[in-house]
Amino acid sequence: MDEQYKITANAQEAPVIGPGYTFGTVTEKISAIVLTRPASNGWFVGFGIAFLMTMMMLYAIGYLVLKGIGIWGVTIPIGWGFAIVNFVWWIGIGHAGTLISAILLLLRQSWRNSINRFAEAMTLFAVACAGIFPAIHVGRPWLAYWLFPYPSTMGVWPQFRSPLMWDVFAVSTYATISALFWFIGLIPDMATLRDRAQHPATRIIYGMLSLGWRGSARHWHRYETAYLLLAGLATPLVLSVHTVVSFDFAVGIVPGWHTTIFPPYFVAGAIYSGFAMVLMLAIPIRKIYGLEDFITERHLQNAAKVMLATGLIVAYGYGIEAFMGWYSGDRYDAFTLWNRLHGPYAIPYWALLICNIFIPQVLWVRKLRTSPVALFFISGVILVGMWLERFIIVVVSLHRDFLTSSWGMYYPTRWDWMTYFGTIGMFLAAIFLFVRLLPMISIFEMRTLLPEAEVKE
Amino acid sequence: MKRERIYGIMAEFDSAQALIDAAKRTHEAGYNKIDAYSPFPIEGLAEELGFHRDEVPLVVLIGGIIGGLTGYLMQYWMSAVDYPLNIGGKPYHSWPAFIVITFEMTILFAGIFAVFGMLALNGLPMPYHPVFNVPRFALASKDRFFLIVFSSDPKYDPAGTRGFLAGLQPRSISEVPS
Repeated sequence: MDEQYKITANAQEAPVIGPGYTFGTVTEKISAIVLTRPASNGWFVGFGIAFLMTMMMLYAIGYLVLKGIGIWGVTIPIGWGFAIVNFVWWIGIGHAGTLISAILLLLRQSWRNSINRFAEAMTLFAVACAGIFPAIHVGRPWLAYWLFPYPSTMGVWPQFRSPLMWDVFAVSTYATISALFWFIGLIPDMATLRDRAQHPATRIIYGMLSLGWRGSARHWHRYETAYLLLAGLATPLVLSVHTVVSFDFAVGIVPGWHTTIFPPYFVAGAIYSGFAMVLMLAIPIRKIYGLEDFITERHLQNAAKVMLATGLIVAYGYGIEAFMGWYSGDRYDAFTLWNRLHGPYAIPYWALLICNIFIPQVLWVRKLRTSPVALFFISGVILVGMWLERFIIVVVSLHRDFLTSSWGMYYPTRWDWMTYFGTIGMFLAAIFLFVRLLPMISIFEMRTLLPEAEVKE
Repeated sequence: MKRERIYGIMAEFDSAQALIDAAKRTHEAGYNKIDAYSPFPIEGLAEELGFHRDEVPLVVLIGGIIGGLTGYLMQYWMSAVDYPLNIGGKPYHSWPAFIVITFEMTILFAGIFAVFGMLALNGLPMPYHPVFNVPRFALASKDRFFLIVFSSDPKYDPAGTRGFLAGLQPRSISEVPS
């Protein structure tokens, strides 16, 4: 542990970990949630609701497979609709998990150690939700595997010059690397659970998942090297994923899409919504499981600051879009701006500006940054706002393009809504299971934050 | 006939500092086949045990090169050799469009090599290992620190090594049955 690391861990006023903890108590406290704490009625009710919502999603998808995407509101000219809105929204939410686990690791922000595990879990579940949408949106979901370059009897290959194809590779790489990163982070903690478990079956399951980890110094050395390199790989990866997602739009010539500001502004928006989701999960979890000493006020404040900063980048993106609408002199770009402000979808656009730009400015107030209740609601507002942003980008740009004769309107149907809310249910169901079955805070990384972990040469 | 082979002698310590000091002294005393176990990574501990060659970065580099070449050559071969298709008048070998997937494949392969390379070099998964025979070793994943001298060490001798380890003031000493 070098000097810099210690300074960030110990020298600031708000601690990253409450006082008085030892290796033993940190271990006991986190592993007890999984091993000994009985599941409460609240957990069963919450999981039950999330499970029913998941079933609703499966029902909606089942009906879609039977009937075709005509059950959705998508029609020409709006061929993308909710599926792409939700895809971009979910994949963006996932980005905060990788930012916390990889980028903050490289920047030696040790406060990340108590939130990286469940932020990574959030990433995985969000990417799983995101992945559903393009697959069911292709029209014949049972042929979605055509997206991958496999040697087929047809003899043709995918079209690699298309951003949609890049997206297939970016998202599947992202899902794989996120899963690997999460899994290797879990290995030492699985060993802890194996050694703490009372029931033989539990011991065998966690023992298998731990791969026989025994904490050898040589193993730790290679482990840390691999973890650090993986973080270094995940960092450009996460930035590339939303960049590629934005190429899906920016490479097209549709007014409102064809702009170079998209990649950075998509990445900032992704982190913005992702931190909002992290806070919406962390705030109730720390309260329910009594983890205020591990997920402290400092974590909430830092997350709020990240949201404030990325929110301003997003606001800058909106500003540039509006400016280019005027400055380019392109009448179609100018019309897109006018249409957003005054067209049939003006209400969602103004709501988006209020949710993403105006309301989050209250985060300048320190008192609100440290208030869990206020942060919870502001995060909710941001998540709604970011969803509206993707709705505006997808629907409003498509519904009125160059020729008035090809204008149209998009009205989501109940199947659109059921699928969307269903994925939220699936996401929450996965989170509910995660907090009961796996240590939601990285135990071994928490140990390194304790003063007794320090050694001198 | 009960013939118990000894895998090594293990000493238990209370703190990371005690373990790192003990590892240093044991290595300096001429023991080479030793290992240390801790509930979290300790900077510099592996070096004290005489571990200097970490091959993980090389494995990751190889993975990245394989991935990048695979990604680029796959696209080149599919788009320009096996089934050339004219897409909007672009060249068959339109390399700028191939960069994104080349990049993603580089990351994908490097990441997979990092994880599975690390596990393979560590000899994991290995559900059974003799050190698990020591009941107190369960604490190695919680708050205790262990140092072991393997019986395969040329300098190993049951009584002498035990005596040496006792001189390091450990909390306890146990024999690890093989």
